[in-house]
Amino acid sequence: MSADAIVQVKDVGKIYDGGVEALASISLALPQGKLSTLLGPSGCGKTSLLKIIAGLIPPSRGEIWVKGTKVEGPGPERAFVFQDFALLPWANVLRNVAFGLELRGLPKPERDAIARKHIGEVGLASFESSYPHQLSGGMRQRVGLARALAVDADIILMDEPFSSVDEQTRRKFQEELLVLLRHKRKTVIFVTHSIEEAAYLSDQIVLLSPRPGTLSKIVEPNIHREGRSPDEIRRDKNYLDAVDEIWQILKHYV
Amino acid sequence: MERQSWIAKPLFWQLVSFALFFGFWELAGRWPISFAFPPFSKTLVALLSMIADGSLGKAYLLTLQPLIIGIVLCSIAGIGFGIGMGLSRAIEWFSLPIFIVLQAAPMAALIPLITYIYGIGITAKVLAVVVLAAPVIVMNSYKGIRNTNPSLIQMCRAFLGTRRQQVVKIILPHAAALIFAGLRLGLAMGFIGIVIAELLITPTGIGDLITYNSSVADYPRMFAAIASIVLVAALAIQGLERLERKLFPPEMRGSENVG
Repeated sequence: MSADAIVQVKDVGKIYDGGVEALASISLALPQGKLSTLLGPSGCGKTSLLKIIAGLIPPSRGEIWVKGTKVEGPGPERAFVFQDFALLPWANVLRNVAFGLELRGLPKPERDAIARKHIGEVGLASFESSYPHQLSGGMRQRVGLARALAVDADIILMDEPFSSVDEQTRRKFQEELLVLLRHKRKTVIFVTHSIEEAAYLSDQIVLLSPRPGTLSKIVEPNIHREGRSPDEIRRDKNYLDAVDEIWQILKHYV
Repeated sequence: MERQSWIAKPLFWQLVSFALFFGFWELAGRWPISFAFPPFSKTLVALLSMIADGSLGKAYLLTLQPLIIGIVLCSIAGIGFGIGMGLSRAIEWFSLPIFIVLQAAPMAALIPLITYIYGIGITAKVLAVVVLAAPVIVMNSYKGIRNTNPSLIQMCRAFLGTRRQQVVKIILPHAAALIFAGLRLGLAMGFIGIVIAELLITPTGIGDLITYNSSVADYPRMFAAIASIVLVAALAIQGLERLERKLFPPEMRGSENVG
């Protein structure tokens, strides 16, 4: 495994109660400061793997190591962005974003100041006192992202964050996400079922085969992104090759 | 833009509904369908005279006492118990079957038994309120706790919340609306309980007004007492429902965000 791996997945398998085998023996190394995508058709256990890395569900076999420590549960170096946003409906944007810090016992003035900074970064500066039901799906997920950024974890785990967001919003959001995360040098682990999304965002794409999930292939798009516009990236030869390569593998599973 | 005409206003139709109801009551009373059924106008006069001579006020002082004590007891013990059932599997297994039976059973049938054990004092009346109101209050609190969005609990764990924080910051706020709705339903049951108790155990308060006026054949006064308790219960429950919508607007409740 590479020396700069921040997350190591060692022979992880997951069998749910009732005997459904979601994952069968996966080993992986996820590099520090990069965006890695877990990609595969529905039922390949990609969300299970992400939640095992997060420490939210225990693996049936194998181990996860993060920054040289074995994972026994959630930890401060990992933050999670949920597919269904998981915002408190009775709390406004400010409190939702500050919620991770509230749970850590940070005094209110401090956590609000940190939350305001991150609300600004995700482009919701004027919505601090709005409630989740007053926001669109895309804006709600920005709140979810700001909450994850606010606790200043090294690793951001994102579970299909754009799946409940419409296509136009999704593209805009992807572009902003890319800029924001590269700027912050976070390690991101991203679950998606969209090939274009994976190829556009990732440094490394982990392809999983379905039922039970096993490691199929690791694709590294090697797209030069510095100083290039989103449209240039989408016309890049390496981007198009990566999309094609992934599709050639995934079409056998559909 | 089309202007909303008076015919499209809910208040208009509500007033029409009341006018029709009281109109038919007046007609039925004048017919008369029974000697013991007074028309609306006579009942209204009787009601006003009972308010004026203070007998209605005195009666309510007596009636509301056990009702309020009973509902307060239920709110403290019942909500506490329901929350306990929702949070602890052991308490749930131990007591859920009892409350399911209690909720389905016609609890009014227990009131003669309560009289037999506790006599005819205020204790028996408080108990009558409690046996009717408690099951729905307990069950609503329990369901409120159990309905917590699992995704929010997972979020709390992912951001390193303790079990205590999970309960205080996620589960209880999530359940608050359903618990409050349980209190409202409990109060409705409590009104039934207190009226039955005052008619069956010893005639006091409103129950006394109904029984006494019936025995001396003063039917307008008897109907005025009945109408007044219906009105008081309806207003109290309607008021709580409005308070509920104000405190817990549907779009800010947890339960609507499930799924």
